[in-house]
Amino acid sequence: MQPRVGLFVTCLVDLMRPSVGFAAARLIEQADCTVVVPAGQTCCGQPAHNAGDPETARALALETMRSFDGCDFVVAPSGSCAAMLRLHYPALFKGRGDAEFKAKAFAERVHELTSFLVNVRRKTATGARFEGRVVHHDACSGLRELGIRSEPRQLLAAVDGLELVEGSETTACCGFGGLFSVKYPAISTAVADRKIADLCAPAPDLVTGGDLGCLMNLAGRLNRTERALPCRHVAEVLAGELQAPPIAWRDTASP
Amino acid sequence: MTPATAAFKSSAEKALADAKLAKALAGLPGGLVAQRTAAKARVPEFEALRDAARDIRDHTLQHLDLYLEAFAAKAEAAGTRVHWAEDAAEARTIIAHLAVERGARLVAKGKSMVSEEIALNACLESLGMKVFESDLGEYLLQIRGETPSHIIAPAIHLSQDEVEADFRRVHAHLAPERGLETPELLVAEARAVLRERFLAADIGITGANFLVAETGSAVIVTNEGNGDLSAHLPRTHIVLASIDKVVPTLADLATLLRVLARSATGQDMTAYTSLLTGPKAPGDPDGPAECHIVILDNGRSEMLRSGLGEALRCIRCGACLNHCPIYNAVGGHAYGWVYAGPIGAVISPAFLGIEAARDLPSASTFCGKCEEVCPVKIPLTRLMRDWRVKSLASAAGAWERAGLGAWSFFARRPRLYHLAARLGVGATHMLARSRGAFRWLPFAAAWTRGRDFPAPQGHTFQALWSKRKRGAPPMETPR
Repeated sequence: MQPRVGLFVTCLVDLMRPSVGFAAARLIEQADCTVVVPAGQTCCGQPAHNAGDPETARALALETMRSFDGCDFVVAPSGSCAAMLRLHYPALFKGRGDAEFKAKAFAERVHELTSFLVNVRRKTATGARFEGRVVHHDACSGLRELGIRSEPRQLLAAVDGLELVEGSETTACCGFGGLFSVKYPAISTAVADRKIADLCAPAPDLVTGGDLGCLMNLAGRLNRTERALPCRHVAEVLAGELQAPPIAWRDTASP
Repeated sequence: MTPATAAFKSSAEKALADAKLAKALAGLPGGLVAQRTAAKARVPEFEALRDAARDIRDHTLQHLDLYLEAFAAKAEAAGTRVHWAEDAAEARTIIAHLAVERGARLVAKGKSMVSEEIALNACLESLGMKVFESDLGEYLLQIRGETPSHIIAPAIHLSQDEVEADFRRVHAHLAPERGLETPELLVAEARAVLRERFLAADIGITGANFLVAETGSAVIVTNEGNGDLSAHLPRTHIVLASIDKVVPTLADLATLLRVLARSATGQDMTAYTSLLTGPKAPGDPDGPAECHIVILDNGRSEMLRSGLGEALRCIRCGACLNHCPIYNAVGGHAYGWVYAGPIGAVISPAFLGIEAARDLPSASTFCGKCEEVCPVKIPLTRLMRDWRVKSLASAAGAWERAGLGAWSFFARRPRLYHLAARLGVGATHMLARSRGAFRWLPFAAAWTRGRDFPAPQGHTFQALWSKRKRGAPPMETPR
């Protein structure tokens, strides 16, 4: 029997870019899994957690964990949300008896999408095709909290026609930081500019990333520069779901 | 210095508009950051060393009373007078008394962030003494009337041209046509000017990087030797150190020194590592006639009690500043007080109160680079998040609480949330018409100041997915 995978859609994908959710679902199905999308999920609670409101974060964590009962795995197309579910849920319930054990047991089933495909389902390629040079941006949570770096690159490198290129500051932050980008917009864009310069250095045709938050920040900032560089979630490229225009794309003609 | 932490936002925006500062900070990635990376690569056991360093610091902090008493006993046995200061005012008073009693007119100072913390220079100057900073970077700041913008590279924000202009202005007794166009010439001039003052100084004041309980030694690491001159040439040497600087043994010191310079400047060791143990003994060729050490608490015991103990592991290498995207963007002065960067964001609120410093722990993307490079593995993001809890609960957090409350009202009610999401996303999509992004959005005005806001594709994933499940026509690709 196929494992039952609960797709943690993430609030940004749900609201802003459902095509990423469908791409993720297709990739998980192609990895011989059954995908379910519990309707009880809303947000992982990270905005509250990082704003200093652990009570709300805990309430949302309980709701989220409950909605994924019966799933063998919980997979999110975001390193940041996956890290919240995997690392911060157990921390939030530390010393709270049963809830802590539940959070730990839940956390063990949680995976970021590319990490799930490569490390759990042992996928080495997704059978997609993309003609062009791609630079991948590692979201900080996925990179430093979950140690995800090789997984998206391995799958991207296996995409037919795709040439993977790198900047020099590959582990640098894009300046998004959730509410940070709204509270300190000027600093956020300054950090984004530095990241954009680095991403553009190897002359890519496309920027991919594993987190929609970073990509919205980068794509939104790119629109204010001279450079027309499309940004997409890595799942879209891996699933060959390229019908939707790139993130924040202003031209009507999609590249 | 008067704290300006409350003005972080406006200071940061000013800093972002400062092209000279941006140019100075642009040197960090290829400088201190690259040097640390290279130094770490030369030591295969570096990660194990970080663990060992953290363990030493934790052990010491857990038994701080014991090691401080042991240090004091050894230091006294070596002939050093030990003074205890509860807070900044007490430390200033002790040092001022020592200086006044000795009729001091000229004071040589080594680089000390703790002396910045207690605003020592202003106190001594108000008593009619002349104080000169002997660390080159600190000297450059002193002649400009500025404060350090970095823990180990205090004048990192200055350019060579600015230094040359300052030297021509301040060293007016030297020939105006002299050459000063290279760093070497500037350093030589500073050395010559400072050397005369060292020889004339009545008192030398230095900080300490560590206090070794086993021997009663104060340890200073420098690259200029100015600390040693400050300690050895004047008749009286006063060390000002905070309680967290103590380490149990010389072996522990060796471990910490192995991670300190590598993390700070990428050196295997600093040029000078000096263990100062008591005054000049019979037979010693040089050294001060008398030694004092002022051990300062200034809120650190309370930090230990209140869950900030991990921050006291800090050995002040500055690596978290060098690697922080925020520090790299705005520099150190924007943080508004002595300690900048991630470590400043964690400890400044403890010194100044969270109300006065609430922006500092808030202004982080939590990218985690600081923790990755910290030689003693301080959980900086967790400690910043802990401050955010206190900040949100304070009076100043009312608006944010209201916003979070409204959002969580929906987020905690999935049915209502999905309904509201569908309506909101649909309306925003309509507003965007066929454009892929907004140049301005009323509810995202802060965001759209510097960035476009992407237009949503028009339907929520949840809505489309349940349609697909109900067997609706082939998956509609959202646009």
